[in-house]
Amino acid sequence: MTKVSITVNGQAHAADLDPRTLLVEFLRENLRLTGTHVGCDTSQCGACTVHLDGRAVKSCTVLAAQADGKTVTTIEGLAAGETLHPMQAAFREHHGLQCGFCTPGMVMTAVALVQQHEGALSEHDIREGLDGNMCRCTGYQNIVRAIAAGAAGMKA
Amino acid sequence: MYAFDYQRPASVKDAVALSGDETVFLAGGQTLIPTLKQRLRQASVMIDLGAIPELRGITVTADTVTIGAMTCHADVAMSPDVRAAIPGLASLAGQIGDLQVRNCGTLGGSIANNDPAADYPAALVALNAVVHTNTRTLPAEDFFTGMFETALAPGELVVKVVFPKPRRSAFAKFRNPASRYAIAGVFVAETGDGIRVAVIGAGPGVFRIPAMEEVLTKDFSVAALTGIAVDADGLNEDMHATAAYRAHLIGVLAARAVTSLT
Repeated sequence: MTKVSITVNGQAHAADLDPRTLLVEFLRENLRLTGTHVGCDTSQCGACTVHLDGRAVKSCTVLAAQADGKTVTTIEGLAAGETLHPMQAAFREHHGLQCGFCTPGMVMTAVALVQQHEGALSEHDIREGLDGNMCRCTGYQNIVRAIAAGAAGMKA
Repeated sequence: MYAFDYQRPASVKDAVALSGDETVFLAGGQTLIPTLKQRLRQASVMIDLGAIPELRGITVTADTVTIGAMTCHADVAMSPDVRAAIPGLASLAGQIGDLQVRNCGTLGGSIANNDPAADYPAALVALNAVVHTNTRTLPAEDFFTGMFETALAPGELVVKVVFPKPRRSAFAKFRNPASRYAIAGVFVAETGDGIRVAVIGAGPGVFRIPAMEEVLTKDFSVAALTGIAVDADGLNEDMHATAAYRAHLIGVLAARAVTSLT
């Protein structure tokens, strides 16, 4: 077993875990934060994307032990109370989802993309930024529109 | 995953001291963790290198760019210093995997794994970089020894890579549309010793093309590459591309890299 202490959505958590525990398992099964989804479990689809020390990572491909002493933000940590984060609001406004399974990962990647990108995001930048996130419903058009609007909202 | 014990040492010395017959070093984990999940590998002890400050960071001098083994691809891609000193290297780092993978995957992990489709080996060989381990230094061409094989001895650890600054360099690759791994990638560099051309994705490991280097050293232009045929013998063949297709692609990508520099 290995001891970890991880701050998730502003709250400190300590646990004694099997070292094999993936970060996504810790989030979903220990903390019951089930907004982060497991799609492929092979680091392709991006549904499990969370922020680790402010950077987008695939939480199915990070051990919980690697996050020891670090800060994690999940989809549950984006909204300020009842007020949606501008990226969440943009996904709703622009209908950037159909079944919704990929949405938590899309939104977390989108927020990190805006934060990690210098200058304005072009449509090309957004499409390239979504390389690691798959949606099997929408054809991406509205997701790309939502991210452009969300990026503007985040800078407003 | 098969069970393992987990250690997170704070120095290279401690990491090496922990290593033994059935231990494995964990760098960014973007290849290792999926491999462990599929039970294609197992380890008695996982030695996480993530808490060793001496393995991280980028230093630029007048003649070189030095990158710590645990520096992630995103940090290399976004570094204003690397972009200014060796734009081709920053561009290559920014094309590895996807955004999330680049935030975790590391230079040291990539070269120690030496996947035939990994991008970094092309930059190391074309730029004539030097790999520093905890025990020795060796030129990139001696470091990469074959498919998923390197000169690293058991328990030996990549500490950093020193890249001499080229006059100019560029990387061009063609990705598999599904996996996004390179079907072929070509790094062209004008170094102090003339032009060097290194290829990844197309063969069992990184390799140079002396015929292209010779003509480009005399005349750095796309026209100079005309008539230089790449031998398909020994190149990779799979459901995505034949060896002949890859051989042709190498010529196309070399021309794209040269075009971007002229």
